[in-house]
Order: sequence, then C-alpha cells, then structure tokens
Amino acid sequence: MNIWIAIAVTVVGCYAVKLAGLLVPAGALERPLVQRTAALLPVALLAALTAQQAFADGRVLVLDAKAAGLAAAALALLLRAPFLVVIGAAVVVTAGVRALAG
Amino acid sequence: MLQTCVLSLLAFTGASQFALVGALAGGGSPFTAAVGAVFLSMRNAFYGIRLSQLLALPRAVRPLAAHMVIDETTAVSLAQHGRRAARIGFVVTGVSLYLLWNLSTFLGALGAEAIGDTATWGLDAAGPAVFLALLAPMVRTTTQRAVAAVAVLLGLGLLPVLPSGVPVLAAALAVPVVLYVEGHKRVEGRRTQRAQQASDDSAQGEDR
Repeated sequence: MNIWIAIAVTVVGCYAVKLAGLLVPAGALERPLVQRTAALLPVALLAALTAQQAFADGRVLVLDAKAAGLAAAALALLLRAPFLVVIGAAVVVTAGVRALAG
Repeated sequence: MLQTCVLSLLAFTGASQFALVGALAGGGSPFTAAVGAVFLSMRNAFYGIRLSQLLALPRAVRPLAAHMVIDETTAVSLAQHGRRAARIGFVVTGVSLYLLWNLSTFLGALGAEAIGDTATWGLDAAGPAVFLALLAPMVRTTTQRAVAAVAVLLGLGLLPVLPSGVPVLAAALAVPVVLYVEGHKRVEGRRTQRAQQASDDSAQGEDR
C-alpha cells in the first residue's frame, strides 16, 4: 500500500513539474535576459546530463570504455557523420574497448 | 509488476522512476523516495519554459503535451529549425518514446533478464552519444559553449557531494554565471570604447 502512495506522489509531482514549465505565461518571458536564460538552460542541463551519463556510475566518477565511445561519437560529429553513424560509432567502440580490456 | 507499469505509464520520466524504485528497494521510506524522485524531475520544468516558447502550444493541448516534456523530446525539438519541425519532432519523439518505454517496461517487468548485460554490447554508450549528437547544434556560439563547459564541470564536480539529481540542477547555474561574466565584459568593452572615443575627440580638438 505504501508503495502505491509513493507511486501516486511521484506521478502527481512529476506531472505538476512538467506542466508548471509549460504554463509559465508568455508575458513573463518577453524580457531579453529571461529569454536568453531560458534558451541557455536546456544547453546547461543536457550538457551536464550527457557528461554524467558518460563519466559517472551512480555518484562515483568513472573513466571507462564509455569515454572512448563518446570520444568516437564526438569525432564522428566533427566529421559531420549522420546521426545513426554517430551512435553506432559510440556503441561499437565501447563494446570493442570492453572486449579488448576484459 | 502492475506497480512498475503504472509508474512508467503515468510518471514517464526515466531518472525519477529509477530513483523511486532504487530508494524503495534500498529500504527508504516511500515519502522520501517520492520526494527525491520528484526533485529529480525538476529540470523538466526548465525544459517546459523553453518548449512553450518554441512550440507555442494552444492552451488546451498543454496538459497533454506536459506529459511528454522530458530530456529527449526537448533535445530533439530544440535541434529543429522552425516551429513546424520542432512541433513534429516533439510529438514524434514523445509518442514513439512513450510507446517503446512502456513496452520495454512491460517486458522488463515480465523478466527479460535473458537479454544479459547490455553493457557487454556497449549499448550503455548509446544514451550519452544520442545526447551529444543532439547537443552539438546547440553549442555553436561562444556563450553556448561556455555554458556547456561550465555545466559539465558543475555536473561532474558536484556529483560525489550532492544527492543524486541535484548536480544536474546545479549545473543550470552555469547560465547566470556565464551571462554575468559576459555582461561584465561587455560593460568593460563599452568603457574602453568610450575612453577611446574620448581620446579621439580630444585628438581631433588638438588638430583644430
């Protein structure tokens, strides 16, 4: 039963947070500084998220095969490779490094 | 099994779901677990602010669209040129991800451990690679690059110190920091420009 309560709280809370962002009135966003901040926020959040997914396991920082995979993806991006090639490069290199190392 | 699927269907934010399940499995109180999970989803509010500008959704659609405000839909929408493409990107990503996410939750709950460790196949690198590819067009200007760099430092640096979910939020501080430094530079630039002009003026005065 307790677990259902936790699920309910999470569900309602997560939805409220999402909706709150969408419902911020457009008028509040007209100031240039607010606009610039709002435009840059996703960049900051996504960048941090990407880094954490690549270099962290839980709360511990790690440098493993994933880093090599991400480097391969970055290289593919610089070479203007198509999206799927970029992802493929990351997956293949990561698996390759893991196979060689272990 | 039912609980897992309901959570996926109604919450639809991966990080929060994992956090809730992790905290509950670790013996945490349901309430603390739920609060932690909600806190993890805070960044979706920031995404929503940006998306509501970008997509200009009619008021009636917003409650429905809100369900799909997540990392992936934001990343895809922001990578598009023009409102139409952004809207299409948002809906296609949202709907397909919703279906796949819940299908895989269902299969996972059924007990698909038979797949084995996804790490062996390097599939865990696909996540960050996708985000990197989506992020790339968003970091063209110096300001954007500076924000991304500071955010990465904050996100990784604070990871061992703060509870999970908080470092990503703290990384949002990169925006005011970079904008402040930039504003500072611009004021200084203007000052030197003005001083330059003043000396030019006086030089002209001497000519006369």
